[in-house]
Amino acid sequence: MDDAFKPSRRAFLKGSAAVAAGSVAGAAAADTPDPLITELQDWASYTGAGVDETPYGMPISFESHVVRRNVEWLTASPISSINFTPIHALDGTITPQGCAFERHHSGAIELRKEDYRLMINGLVDRPLVFTYDDIERFPRENHVYFCECAANTGMEWAGAQLNGVQFTHGMIHNMEYTGVPLRTLLQEAGADISPDKWVYVEGADASSNGRSIPMEKALDDVLVAFKANGEALRMEHGYPVRLVVPGWEGNMWVKWLRRIEVVDMAVESREETSKYTDVYADGTAQKWTWVMDAKSVITSPSPQMPIKHGPGPLVISGLAWSGHGQITRVDVSKDGGITWETARLGKQGDSKALTRFYLDTNWDGAPMLLQARAIDETGYVQPTKDQLREKRGENSVYHNNCIQTWYVSAEGIAENVEVS
Amino acid sequence: MSKSLSHVFLPVFGGTAFVLAAAVAFANRNYGQSQIETLETRIEQVEANAAAARENAQAEANRAAELELKVEEIQAAAAERVASGANLTAPAPSHDGIYGLGRPALEEEVAAWDVDVLPDGRGLPAGSGDVWTGEEVFADRCASCHGEFAEGVDNWPVLAGGFDTLADEDPVKTVGSYWPHLSTAWDYISRSMPFGEAGTLTADETYAIVAYILYSNDLVDDDFELNNENFADFEMYNMDGFVVDVRPETEYTEWRKEPCMENCKAEATVTMRSVFLVETPPEGGSNSVMNDANPDELPVFTADGPSFIPTAAPKPEEEAAATPAVQEAAEVDETAELVSAGEKVFKKCKACHQVGEGAKHSTGPTLNGVIGANAGSVEGFKYSNAMKDAAEAGLIWTAEEMAAFLAKPKEYMKGTRMSFAGLKKPDDIEAVIVYLKSFGN
Repeated sequence: MDDAFKPSRRAFLKGSAAVAAGSVAGAAAADTPDPLITELQDWASYTGAGVDETPYGMPISFESHVVRRNVEWLTASPISSINFTPIHALDGTITPQGCAFERHHSGAIELRKEDYRLMINGLVDRPLVFTYDDIERFPRENHVYFCECAANTGMEWAGAQLNGVQFTHGMIHNMEYTGVPLRTLLQEAGADISPDKWVYVEGADASSNGRSIPMEKALDDVLVAFKANGEALRMEHGYPVRLVVPGWEGNMWVKWLRRIEVVDMAVESREETSKYTDVYADGTAQKWTWVMDAKSVITSPSPQMPIKHGPGPLVISGLAWSGHGQITRVDVSKDGGITWETARLGKQGDSKALTRFYLDTNWDGAPMLLQARAIDETGYVQPTKDQLREKRGENSVYHNNCIQTWYVSAEGIAENVEVS
Repeated sequence: MSKSLSHVFLPVFGGTAFVLAAAVAFANRNYGQSQIETLETRIEQVEANAAAARENAQAEANRAAELELKVEEIQAAAAERVASGANLTAPAPSHDGIYGLGRPALEEEVAAWDVDVLPDGRGLPAGSGDVWTGEEVFADRCASCHGEFAEGVDNWPVLAGGFDTLADEDPVKTVGSYWPHLSTAWDYISRSMPFGEAGTLTADETYAIVAYILYSNDLVDDDFELNNENFADFEMYNMDGFVVDVRPETEYTEWRKEPCMENCKAEATVTMRSVFLVETPPEGGSNSVMNDANPDELPVFTADGPSFIPTAAPKPEEEAAATPAVQEAAEVDETAELVSAGEKVFKKCKACHQVGEGAKHSTGPTLNGVIGANAGSVEGFKYSNAMKDAAEAGLIWTAEEMAAFLAKPKEYMKGTRMSFAGLKKPDDIEAVIVYLKSFGN
């Protein structure tokens, strides 16, 4: 530790307890007794809330700031818009449904299970119609998968934009899904499953949001899901049935799934031509860029999660994920990518699911340039912004999986920056 | 259409019958020869049919085998997991044959929902529309968002122009400059437009709107008519502008390598700072505020650490967020806020008192309308003697009296049964009184 970096006293004088100054955290010495301990507190004396006061529990009021948030000026109307998961305030890997980001093209619709119909037609021996109850009679599976919008981090192509990990990386959520493998339904209808065939899927909402999925993927791990994190899907996530397309861009996870059509070519719908295609520097566009490449970001410290405790033990924490499979390693840099340390994984990551990482460190109180770098089971290493720009230019909107940098000041304040 | 066709074909059918009759008469005269020829033809047909059937069966078998293989692969992987440890998970079992769930889709149902249009024009209904009709329909149904000339209003999509901008910093991706297939426009407009009234356009209106969008992009002349016949021939400006995902060749090969861990570069300099600071007010949403901080204010990093420690820290996010919250608080109805604060304070009273609709006496009396009421006056509750005495003396629960009572109940009224120590904070007392007032005076 460098003596030049004497921390400011300000950060240590908090509440009624004064913490001993120094770059190594000492035992806290209290000058006066803490009234929270010495005085009888209301909550220790009066009774609390009875059962059933809130039949479906909400987070306690003190956590009411941990909510999805939108950035109004990004889109023309909140009906066709996006908001962001408060990933800065979450830990572990599972995203609670109530704060998992939303993306609608024609608003979230209310569709009763009784009114739900799923049609499978096209190149099939038996065009079929299923009710919701039918779907629950097929053998089902449970899997945890991340769902990331292709436009997550999209603004950052043009450099550091919005100051908050919720806004730069919050178009992602990670849930445990219960659903029927799509291949089971294809088999039920006697579908032509030769590899040159496609499965076109669409939703029941006004946008219909149709997408074409190649047969190989459709037979692999795609789920027709009806539960998330153990309970029914939320309206905003496609109640009662949505498609889960593991590792692939969120737009393909069609909500309010109403039709599956086996076709002999990609439909080239609006969502797979005019949108969700990537314009490279020379003006050519990439299509069918479905896979979400390996990516990671530090969620704390971050602009919305400043370091409040001064030098000493510091938990640097974040999320990593890859559409190609498991996250095998995450490295963290505190100096903008000059030196890297390998972080600890919260638990061995599931394939195509969020993995939590921690770097348990001792902060000397000096400014930092924090970065994280994910590596997946294919050996793919998350690229820098410069590496990505060199390949694709800056005209893209989607698939920005660059290494993110936070500048952390001596006061513990973090800011979204771009480094050389 | 079919009706008029049958009128045309009836007389023709009469003529065909005459030819058939003549052929039969001729066949009768050369019975043996014609029978052989017929049999030979039949044999050829049967053989052809059998070949086709074999081909179909083979294709069917191939498909089944492929699916089976896929399922086997998945199950083998699961078996391996089970063998490798105490792991009994397995994929959902595949079924020998089908489950027989669901019901056959009726033709009308498929026709109602299967309306997608493929790039080669398959799926288009019969119909047509010209540019001039399109201009009218567009002005009526589309222009409020997309502009009279498809130029886009506010943040709504611009549909025309932008040619030769795709290699620019901010490419203008319109139907004309970017979309590779005309079918996409027809399909999307027919199904999902107008925004908020999806599915209400007729096929002819859709043809007309698409024709007008092509015209507004200078891709057709003003006398152009689009229909299901000429649709597939139309070639879009950017039809060759798309390639299939090149990342596997250009990026994966290069980036699947062990990364550098030390001295990976000489220094790291901040080249850009966040354009927007983002405030996150308690009522939700966010406010973007321009950040005027300069990258020069930040140190350069080397392997030895930062070059200096800046004294001017960036504005803390938390404080930034708090500022609008305070302003907001001043604007909202103060009473509403007190009621809500009082509701929280009332949690301390709830063990004994009920208030609101359906409230019943409990250890203490119900409190509806208590503020401003005579003390000890709620029917059906057995008060303490102290409370009865106070009531007789004419005590009225004004806000002031109630405040004094709640601060120190036992001191205020010796002998009250209310076994409550009292509220310490004047703010809590004020809030709970306002809360009680909200249930009537």
